[in-house]
Amino acid sequence: MQVEVSGSAVISLLVDNESGALARIVELFSGRGYNIQSLTVAPVDEHGSTSRVNIVTTGTQSSIRQVKTQLERLVPVSRVVNLTAEGPYVAREMALVKVVSSGEPRTEALRIAQAFRARAVDTTASSFVFELTGSTDKLDSFIELMRPLGLVEVSRTGVASICRGPQTIQNF
Amino acid sequence: MTRTTGSTTLTAQTTATQPGAEVLLRALVEQGVEVIFGYPGGAVLPIYDALFKQNHIRHVLVRHEQAAVHAAEAYARSTGKVGVVLVTSGPGATNAVTGLLDAMMDSIPLVCLSGQVPTPLIGNDAFQEADTTGITRPVTKYNYLVRKPEDLAPAVHEAFAIARSGRPGPVLIDLPKNITVGDALYVDAKSVTPRTTRMTSEPDRAAIARAVAAMKAGKRPLFYTGGGVINSGPQASKALRKLVDLTGFPVTSTLMGLGAFPGTDRRFLGMLGMHGTYEANLATHDCDVLIALGSRFDDRVTGRLDAFSPNSFKIHVDIDPSQINKIVHVNEGIVGDVGQIIDLMIEEWEKQPAYAHKSDLDAWWAQIEGWRALDCLRFGQDQAPDAVIKPQQAIQRIYELARQTGRDTYVSTEVGQHQMWAAQFFRFDAPNRWLTSGGLGTMGYGLPAAVGAQIAHPDALVMDVAGEASTLMNIQELGTIAQYRLPVKIFIINNHYMGMVRQWQELLHGSRYSESYSDALPDFVKLAESFHATGLRVTRLDQLDATIRQALEHNGPVLVDICVEEGENCFPMIPSGAAHNQMILGPEQEASSATISKEGQMLV
Repeated sequence: MQVEVSGSAVISLLVDNESGALARIVELFSGRGYNIQSLTVAPVDEHGSTSRVNIVTTGTQSSIRQVKTQLERLVPVSRVVNLTAEGPYVAREMALVKVVSSGEPRTEALRIAQAFRARAVDTTASSFVFELTGSTDKLDSFIELMRPLGLVEVSRTGVASICRGPQTIQNF
Repeated sequence: MTRTTGSTTLTAQTTATQPGAEVLLRALVEQGVEVIFGYPGGAVLPIYDALFKQNHIRHVLVRHEQAAVHAAEAYARSTGKVGVVLVTSGPGATNAVTGLLDAMMDSIPLVCLSGQVPTPLIGNDAFQEADTTGITRPVTKYNYLVRKPEDLAPAVHEAFAIARSGRPGPVLIDLPKNITVGDALYVDAKSVTPRTTRMTSEPDRAAIARAVAAMKAGKRPLFYTGGGVINSGPQASKALRKLVDLTGFPVTSTLMGLGAFPGTDRRFLGMLGMHGTYEANLATHDCDVLIALGSRFDDRVTGRLDAFSPNSFKIHVDIDPSQINKIVHVNEGIVGDVGQIIDLMIEEWEKQPAYAHKSDLDAWWAQIEGWRALDCLRFGQDQAPDAVIKPQQAIQRIYELARQTGRDTYVSTEVGQHQMWAAQFFRFDAPNRWLTSGGLGTMGYGLPAAVGAQIAHPDALVMDVAGEASTLMNIQELGTIAQYRLPVKIFIINNHYMGMVRQWQELLHGSRYSESYSDALPDFVKLAESFHATGLRVTRLDQLDATIRQALEHNGPVLVDICVEEGENCFPMIPSGAAHNQMILGPEQEASSATISKEGQMLV
């Protein structure tokens, strides 16, 4: 048996927007020992009856295949796509990053924020709250750069993802 | 407001509303429900009141909610229908949890109706309130909390569709009391589109063709069949027989699959796995094509994974895509109903060029017969009239004497040594006759299962092959047996130990029998009598047959306390983490296995 390498995958689901649907998904991950790195969920259709869930998980290829087939067994789940495996996709998340500093670090923080195209959505004499949207990597590096400059708090949304081109989650 | 009785409203076609409890029963009737196993309580009183007022559905009162679920499981397993359970809120629902998981693990279609406190009280820690949907989420295929009257009938119809579709399983419907008391509108089944239809696909014929080509190329092939063949229906068992006739390949089965292929057929090698036969396990290890039909590579079957059937081309047919490549990587996975796939395999087998390895197959069979000659289930029974009975002797004679009656026979078991011996010694001719807790290994399963089977088949011979420790876990069901005059035969293989625990302690824990002795046992004969049944006891070999016969001939419930050898172990045994060719054999075989292993070294 060859040793499989672990990697991360973005899985997108369409689920009936019913009570307990999210619990089923989350409990499947905890009950079977799968990992959730981030999770987003919101209704996406005009009636609010279908929600889209995006999960970033890590594991070997075969364990991620297992995650997908296990998710497909859930009654309220109507669609499961492993976007990482299925071709090019866009994955974005948003972060709110609070920096409390003054003097040179404060100026430096603002300069870096401009380079990253982060917006200052709240400003006081001693603090900024930056809003930044982008890939997980971009957010990670922004946060790392802010750390020595007075970073005190981070709030992140987790990944929203969609496949590139005209095809949709329904076509897979 | 006019309220008609249940029996008339059940047939009335009207758009008027009815109390929720009556809507519920009407939906059950439309789903073909004839029997409910249940136990009343505050939150389900409206449902019990509606049951009282109708004649379509029979209610069987158990003595504990866990037993209701096991009885419904056996009812379902032995009839192919969906079993139905009715329990109250709080402790009623939590008591059902073990049974629900048991049904989940063994893929048994059930619908469990649980009472719930009224919706305005949910979340207030009300009397007998439990977060039932939360608690049962991981032990059911799906569950509902009905919050609106208009959701009631559609939920019931969809629940049955979910329970019986795909890989069957238990579904729970939590029913707040204000929903069953309040009025609701009836909706019939055909106006509900269950969500089970979403993920269905046609079987992959190209994959079937490749699988059959691999079977045609096989020189040492083996069928490894499981509970899926039973779940697929009697037609699948027939198809399996035809496929085996056509190919001439040997067959082994999991615990849950026993009966799908006739146990008395020469091509059947017995069960495989931890307590499987020598020939079945060595054939699994050495085969070059392994055809898994409706089985799931359970750890009790595979033993050490990296040594499981190491050189075979593996074909896996399962209705549940998540089972394929879950544990063992297979070369050809086919998703679909196993009965249908077997039919397509037969079609493909006849279409493709004739099987060209007949002489290799003959050699394979010769090898298997060599292994079979070890007679791995043979045991040494002292033949003196007053000799202590070996548990294997008891179980073998129960099987043989029951067979002599010629009656249609259903066998349930508890869990442990006696279960494994029953699996080894009972040879089933037909599916749906073997009722055992496989995946979950629930002690206390057998007695309520016998209740369920006897309710479903009132004229059949129903036996519970039991252990004294397991059966005490649901012994209160003797009350149910008495109330409904169920002529169940309970054979307690009494070795004064939790036998399988004792065996593992002997083999793996230096014979330190920590807490595994069955101390302070009741007098089972008096216990039976106090529950209005006949109690018999046998302690010596010369009385064994007569006692079993007496039990089988009696037309009421009988409990037989068969006092057996205490220290007997169940062999063959693959210790956890060992390979299939590293079986521990019984004392009878150890002597001959020395000679066998010389020839065997070439074979194994």
